Amino acid sequence: MSLTHYLVVSAILFAISIVGIVVNRKNVITLLMCIELMLLAVNTNFIAFSRYLDDATGQIFVFFILTVAAAEAAIGLAILVVLFRTHRNIEIDNLEELKG
Amino acid sequence: MVMQIFATSPKILNSVSHDFWPLLPEIFLLTAASVLLLIDAFSTDMDRKLSYKLAQFILLVTGVILLFQFPTSQDFLYHRHFIHDPLSATLKISMLVLTSLSLMFARPYILQRRILRGEYYLLHLFALLGMMVLVSGSSLLSLYLGLELMSLCLYALVAMNRREKLSSEAAVKYFVMGAIASGFILYGISFVYGVTGQIHVADIAAYLSDNEANLTLRFALVFIVTGLAFKFGAVPFQMWVPDVYQGAPTSTTVFLASAPKVAAFGLAIRVLVFAFAGAIADWQNLLIILSVLSMVVGNLVALAQTNIKRLLAYSAIAHIGYFLLGLIAGNTQGYSASLFYILTYAITTVGAFGCLIYMAKGQQEISQIDDLKGLGQRNPWAGLLVSFLFLSMAGLPPFVGFWAKLEVIKAVLNVDGLIWLALVAAFMSIIGLFYYLRVVKVIFFDKAKNEARIRAERSLRLGLGITSIAVIALGLFPTQLLDFCQKAFQYI
Repeated sequence: MSLTHYLVVSAILFAISIVGIVVNRKNVITLLMCIELMLLAVNTNFIAFSRYLDDATGQIFVFFILTVAAAEAAIGLAILVVLFRTHRNIEIDNLEELKG
Repeated sequence: MVMQIFATSPKILNSVSHDFWPLLPEIFLLTAASVLLLIDAFSTDMDRKLSYKLAQFILLVTGVILLFQFPTSQDFLYHRHFIHDPLSATLKISMLVLTSLSLMFARPYILQRRILRGEYYLLHLFALLGMMVLVSGSSLLSLYLGLELMSLCLYALVAMNRREKLSSEAAVKYFVMGAIASGFILYGISFVYGVTGQIHVADIAAYLSDNEANLTLRFALVFIVTGLAFKFGAVPFQMWVPDVYQGAPTSTTVFLASAPKVAAFGLAIRVLVFAFAGAIADWQNLLIILSVLSMVVGNLVALAQTNIKRLLAYSAIAHIGYFLLGLIAGNTQGYSASLFYILTYAITTVGAFGCLIYMAKGQQEISQIDDLKGLGQRNPWAGLLVSFLFLSMAGLPPFVGFWAKLEVIKAVLNVDGLIWLALVAAFMSIIGLFYYLRVVKVIFFDKAKNEARIRAERSLRLGLGITSIAVIALGLFPTQLLDFCQKAFQYI
């Protein structure tokens, strides 16, 4: 397995997450999953580069990203709860009051 | 390894020292905010007056510390993750002032609504901490962490009005867009790390001065600039701006529209100028596209708005377009013009959103431009001050917005081959004049529906007074602030 293989995997993961956010018209939870996937793609990249360069910085960076991702998921889920309380559902199609 | 570094550069010796004096503002702000969190948790005061006063006091003390340790040199400290230079200090002090003003405007607004909680002030403080870390980050890691600390607090602030449908919708949109932006920036950072093997801005700059920027590095740069454009709200990544400005509680919009823009400027300077100075031709072209689109779309769509918050949001997009002109110029003159622009714009926009809070009566909100009708008759002083703010945004002399626009356009004119860009900017600001003047016309020449005089709290009057007087004073004497902005960039 060369560096390129890992980079391709992470590029595919990143692309899936972007497509998921753009195409997805159903559920806000799916959006949160796509955002997590995006950060995981970045992590894969960092670890692959770290191993390739034989340098620990990339792996340490990943620890920070994981921590921030956890905080971000917490805030995201909290916002989701607020959304559910005001709209009684979490479908994306209902997010259309703000426009113009 | 450490010995090697010691041997190579005497400057780095400095970075291993454990002198916490340069970091004191951040340490103090973090400690004090955490203590305030505890005090607030045990406080029985339903009005949260104590929390508000303490929050303002914490801001004041942090500001005093910042003024005392205003640096006269550029130092990379704490294993070079932290940069201590006049630019970071200037940005920190201005963000502190903006935060303090936003809290002044927020206090009476949240008193009358069910968002009155101690967390509201605390989130401001923590967001400010994130911004301070961000503007003095000198490695991609500390920049990222500062950015996230700021953004996470802002998401929560937008969602603060929990019973309002629009607020929660705006919060979801802001969160998703912000997370995508962070993801883009991170993906770019990962490639920068992969190509250069470095995460410190100075090391990346050194790599670029020895090597040509290869395709992968340019690819990374595109991702980073895209992420930055999301955070700034530049076209074509602007879709969240109007929705969030409209949906968020007005007191949050005041904050959201001002200090984070200044912080984003810090991020742009640290990444584009400190790290990617060697690839200037690449990011210049990207910024030109963003700038032209923002000026055109922002100004034209603003013409069609009837909602005042959306109007200000599109005007913010247009202003980001003008502001980018200074960065595009790519020299010290341009950067200081951009700094001047973003600082004066932030002050003006705080005042403009503050005026919406000033007009709001009880639980009622001001949302349409027509709601401003007759402000000139109901309260001539307030009407005058508010129209100063709008005229300054339009860029009319003698207000400060004029000098800001003049400086960025001058900066672009000095660059060969970009005269067309200056012409576009001048033309679009004439179009912009139309919708700003419409607001002024509504304030002074339309008959009020409600003739009652406006009675506002002291902190609101004070905040509005400070911002509009600053707009006039800086407009009459712009040289001092301009000199200050130029001094901030003396080490580039």
